[in-house]
Amino acid sequence: MEYFLQQLINGLTLGAIYGLIAIGYTMVYGIIGMINFAHGEIYMIGAFVAVIAFIVLGLAGITWAPAAIALVLLLSMAFTAVYGWTVERFAYRPLRGAPRLAPLISAIGMSILLQNYVQLLQGARVKPIPPVVQGGFTIIERADGFAVNISYLQILIILTTVALMAGFTALINGTPLGRAQRACEQDKKMAGLLGVDVDRTISLTFVMGAALAAVAGVMVTMYYGVIDFFIGFLAGVKAFTAAVLGGIGSLPGAMLGGLAIGLIEAFWSGYFSIEYKDVAAFSILVLVLIFRPTGLLGRPEIEKV
Amino acid sequence: MLSIQGVRTFYGSIEALKGVDLEVAEGEIVTLIGANGAGKSTLLMTVCGSPQARSGRILFEGREITRLPTFEIVRRGIAQSPEGRRIFPRMTVLENLQMGSVTAEPGSYARELERVFELFPRLKERMHQRGGTLSGGEQQMLAIGRALMSQPRLLLLDEPSLGLAPLVVRQIFSVIRDINRERGMTVFLVEQNAFHALKLAHRGYVLVNGRVTLGGTGAELLANAEVRTAYLEGGH
Repeated sequence: MEYFLQQLINGLTLGAIYGLIAIGYTMVYGIIGMINFAHGEIYMIGAFVAVIAFIVLGLAGITWAPAAIALVLLLSMAFTAVYGWTVERFAYRPLRGAPRLAPLISAIGMSILLQNYVQLLQGARVKPIPPVVQGGFTIIERADGFAVNISYLQILIILTTVALMAGFTALINGTPLGRAQRACEQDKKMAGLLGVDVDRTISLTFVMGAALAAVAGVMVTMYYGVIDFFIGFLAGVKAFTAAVLGGIGSLPGAMLGGLAIGLIEAFWSGYFSIEYKDVAAFSILVLVLIFRPTGLLGRPEIEKV
Repeated sequence: MLSIQGVRTFYGSIEALKGVDLEVAEGEIVTLIGANGAGKSTLLMTVCGSPQARSGRILFEGREITRLPTFEIVRRGIAQSPEGRRIFPRMTVLENLQMGSVTAEPGSYARELERVFELFPRLKERMHQRGGTLSGGEQQMLAIGRALMSQPRLLLLDEPSLGLAPLVVRQIFSVIRDINRERGMTVFLVEQNAFHALKLAHRGYVLVNGRVTLGGTGAELLANAEVRTAYLEGGH
């Protein structure tokens, strides 16, 4: 029981991070119907900005954790937002109206480009940072010495994610920008006829997705303490899996899918073997897609009009 | 108010409009009738810049809009209820109407919403229902209501009668007449239902294979022998 609880906490933390990245996949898919394979790299860049920013802030003497984290988050979100915007502007927008395969290939190219660019600029070695937030609570301590712990960092990750997702859902459902995004998702031509600047709305979607991925990048940097230029690949694939599992195009689906993947991984590593945790996550994806091809919360492509 | 001069529009290599000239003056209801595939919807979409005309000029209130992006054109005061209505199916009726006010001047929203609900009380009853669940007639009301939300000076309507029961058609046409008379809104109406359209309109044009072949007042066209044989005989 105690062991289960510990894995649950670990899984929630992981799931929160996957969910944050998955939102970017699902939103971009919703609005322009393409998988942005470079999204994992945006997350990786967010993590690198975090490492650099933590070191610079450390040198500048800003070591009070809340201030440092807030600053790093802002910096990282700002940087990745620019990257997200740029990638869309130069790699995808010129291909709008081209066959669906073209932007997909462009996205894969963008992903390789960004990976190599960071490798060249920052080197291939792993980048460590000292722990930013230490300590935590012991929830239960068993007589044999096994304790269920939740670290302050895990609490921070889960709470930040919950807050961001709540804010984000409110933005999509209740603001003119969110409404314009949903309108573009349903009928871009009509949205244009109503005066929506469709290109700008698509750009903002990339910017928002990138900023959320940056938050995930910052959290991962603090959580694991090391990153390298290749972390975007697996995290990207996992978050993409999460988005598909939840139903690509669905915002709550991305959150649910992220959570599911995180929990599957944590429980599988906890009860079976760490080596096969990825296999477990992807197997569940296959199983779900066999029985629910549109994902957990996805809607069928065809609907009555 | 709207002046279309020698406009040619292509879909790929297919020439859909082959040099269209047409005028809509302020306060008028002008109708464009023609068979399926004549290019009527293409003309309305070309006015909105989607697709853009390959040659020719389109002037709105004296200023050229031919090369502007769609959202810039509609921000100048043109609204369209397009072919197929294009309601956002997964948005509520209210959200669809809110989308209509994207280009409206700030602060006008509540008043315009009230006016749309006055014209179409049905929409008020269905306010929180999803657009995709409405009947055809209700969707048409919503499409027109959504276009009105932006307080346009020129309203473009693409076949509002298509697929609707005669009673609903009459209701929609009477609303078009009302907004023209009471608000002085200029209306450019594309219709296959030539009889109703010509009775309603001040002036009309006939579009055949991408070219305007006839023009005149509604009454003139109704009496015209060619128009009668091509578009009116055989019941309406």
